[in-house]
Amino acid sequence: MSTPSPTEALLLASILFATGLLGVLARRNLLLMLMSIEIMLNAAALAFIAAGARWHAAQGQVMFLMILSLAAAEAAVGLAIILRLHAAGRPTLDADTGNRLKG
Amino acid sequence: MDALLLPLIVFCPLLAAGILFVSAGRMPARASCMIGAGSVGLSALLAGRLAASFLAAPLPAGTLHMALWSWMRVEGFSTRIAFALDPLSLVMMLVVTGVGFLILLYACGYMHDDPDIARFFGCMTLFVAAMLVLVFSSDLLSLYIGWEGVGICSYLLIGFWHTDTANVVAARKAFIVTRIGDAAMLCGLLLLATQASTLDIAALLHIVATGPAQLLPATAAFLLLGGAAAKSAQVPLQTWLPDAMAGPTPVSALIHAATMVTAGVYLIARLHPLFMAVPVAMKAVALVGLITLLLAAGSALVQTDIKRILAYSTMSQIGYMFLALGSGAWQAAIFHLVTHAFFKALLFMAAGAVILRVHHRQDIYQMGGLAPAMPVVFSAFLAGAAALAGLPLLTAGFYSKEMILQGAWHANPLLWAGALLGAFATAIYIFRCVFIVFLGTRHTEPTGRTGATMAIPLACLAILALAGGWMEMPDTIAPVHLLSHLLSPLFGTATAEGPSWLLWAGSLVPLAGVGVAWLLWRPRTQARTAPEDAIARLARTGWGFDTLYDTLLVRPFITLGRLNQSDLCDRLSDATAATTRAGSRMLSRMQSGQVRRYAGWIAAGTVVALCLGIRP
Repeated sequence: MSTPSPTEALLLASILFATGLLGVLARRNLLLMLMSIEIMLNAAALAFIAAGARWHAAQGQVMFLMILSLAAAEAAVGLAIILRLHAAGRPTLDADTGNRLKG
Repeated sequence: MDALLLPLIVFCPLLAAGILFVSAGRMPARASCMIGAGSVGLSALLAGRLAASFLAAPLPAGTLHMALWSWMRVEGFSTRIAFALDPLSLVMMLVVTGVGFLILLYACGYMHDDPDIARFFGCMTLFVAAMLVLVFSSDLLSLYIGWEGVGICSYLLIGFWHTDTANVVAARKAFIVTRIGDAAMLCGLLLLATQASTLDIAALLHIVATGPAQLLPATAAFLLLGGAAAKSAQVPLQTWLPDAMAGPTPVSALIHAATMVTAGVYLIARLHPLFMAVPVAMKAVALVGLITLLLAAGSALVQTDIKRILAYSTMSQIGYMFLALGSGAWQAAIFHLVTHAFFKALLFMAAGAVILRVHHRQDIYQMGGLAPAMPVVFSAFLAGAAALAGLPLLTAGFYSKEMILQGAWHANPLLWAGALLGAFATAIYIFRCVFIVFLGTRHTEPTGRTGATMAIPLACLAILALAGGWMEMPDTIAPVHLLSHLLSPLFGTATAEGPSWLLWAGSLVPLAGVGVAWLLWRPRTQARTAPEDAIARLARTGWGFDTLYDTLLVRPFITLGRLNQSDLCDRLSDATAATTRAGSRMLSRMQSGQVRRYAGWIAAGTVVALCLGIRP
C-alpha cells in the first residue's frame, strides 16, 4: 500500500470540508449541525497533517493536536447549550425556531 | 490670604450646586436644605470676614486683585479670568451672600415638602455662584459668564414647576426677552474688545478716560444699556418680569427682586466712566428709568395678584435706580439697590408666607382681614411696605429714595417731579395691598402656622428694611455718610444737597400716598373688586406691551417659520434620513435570525475573501 500524496490528502480534506459545510447549511437538527462542524474541523486538521508531511515539519502535527482539543471544547460548549435550551423549556432541536435575533 | 477668600466665596455655593445636582434627589430633603443654605451661609461668613479686613485696613490701591488663570491670548487681544474686590463689589457681595442666605433659609421652610427640593437648591446655589462671579469679575468677558449664568438659573427656576405649561411658557419668555438684551450686550462687548483690544475693566475705563474718540463709546454704551435694560426689566424689554412670578416665591425674592434684576444697575455703575463720556446715553438711562418707574407704578396700582403687584413694584424701584444712574447719582443708585434688596426680599417672603397660609391663593381680593391671624407676617409685610413707600425717618427706603430725588433734582427738575409722582403712586399701591390683604373682612380662613425657618429671615430682613438706611442720611437730619464714603474712591464725592424743602417734599408725598390709600381702601368702605374700566384693564396687562410685541414680532416670526418649514436645507437633511432608512431596511433582511443563514453568509464571505487573496 502506497502512501497517499499530499494532493490526494488535500482533495480528501476539501471533500470533507464541503460535506461539513453542506451539513451546517442544509441540516436543521442542532446535533447534526454540531457533527458537521466536527467534520469541517477534521478536514482542516487533515490539511495540516498533509502539509506537515509534505514539508517534513512538526508544526502540522502540533496544529492537529490543537484542533483536536478545540473540537472537544467546541463539542462540550455546543452540547451544553443544547442541554440548557432543553432545560429552559424548548423541547426541540430545530435550529430555525431560534430566530429571536431577527433584524 | 484675603485674596484667596475671593474664589473661595464663589466656590462654596458652586460646590454645593455640584453636590446637589449629582445627588439627583437621592438625599433627604433636610440634607439638601442644609447643603444649600449652609454653603451660602458659609459664603456669607467668609464675605463678612473679607469685608471686615477690607474695611479695617484699606489697600493702597483700593482694590484687591486675584487673577485665576489666563483664558485666551490671541494676536491683539488677551483676557484673563480674574476677580477683584473694590468697594462696589464689596457692597454687592454682602448683599448677594447675606440676603441670599436669609432667602435660602426661608426656602428651607417654604419648599420643605417639595419632591424636587434638591434641584431647587441646586439651581439656587448655582445662581448665587454665578451672581458672585458677575460681581467679582474684573474682566468684562468673565462678567459675561456670570451674566449668562444668572440668566440660565433664572430660566430654570421660573420653570421650576415644569409640569404646568404656563410656567414653562413664562420661563421661555423670560429667557428669550433677556437674550435679546444679552445679544446687544455681547455686540457691545465685541465692539469694545475690537476697539480697545482688552476687556479688562480698569484698562478699558482708563482708555475711555484718556483715549481718543475712535472708541465709539456711544454705540457701546447704548448696546450695554440694552443688555442692562433687559436684565433689569426696564422699558422696552420689561415684559418678562411679571410673568417670571410663576416661579416659587423664594426665587422671586432672590432672583427677581433682590439680586439678578439689579445686575443691570451694577453693570452701568461699574462702567460709569463709559456712560459719563456719552451724555446722550446718560439721558437715555435716566429716561428709561423714569418711564419704567411711572408705567410700572401705574400697573401695580390695579393688579389683583399679590406677587404681580410686587413684580411691578420691583420694575418701578429699579426704574428709580436707573434714574439715579442717569442723573449721575451713582451712590444713590447703589444705596437704593441695597435697601431695595432688603425690603423687596422681605415683601416677597412675607407674601409667600401669606400665600402658603391661604392655600396657595394669590388674589388679594380673596384674602382680607389676615392681620389678627398672622401678626408676625403682618408686621414684617408692614415694615417692608413702609420701607418701599419710603415713610420718613423710620425706614431704609426713605433715605435711599431721598438721595435719588436729590440727585434727580440736580440733573433735571422734571426728572425729580416724575420721581416724586412715582413715590406717591408707590405709597398708594403698596398700602392698597396692605389694607386689602390684612384688614377688612376675612374671605379665606388661614390654616397652619409660619415656622421658625421662615419667621427668622423675615425678622432679620424687617430689621434691615427699617434700620438699613441709617448708614447714609441727609445732612439736614444727621451727617452720616458711611456708604458714600466707602464708595467715594470709585464715584467721587456725592453732589451737594439741594434746598431743605426737597426733603420735606420727599417725606410728605409718601405720607400723602398712604393717606389716599387709607381713604380709598380703609376696612369699612373698601371696594372688594378690581376696577374694570378701560385704562385699568390696559394697566393691568402692562400697558399692552405684550399684545404689541405679539402682533409685531412673535406672530410674524412664527408665520415665517411655518412658511420656511420645508425649504431646501430641510429637504436635504430629510433626503439623507430617508436614504439611510431605506438602506437599513434592505440590509436588515440579511438578519433573519437563523443560524444556518449566518453560517452561509460567513462561508460566502470567506470564499470572496479567499478569491481576492489568491487573485494573482
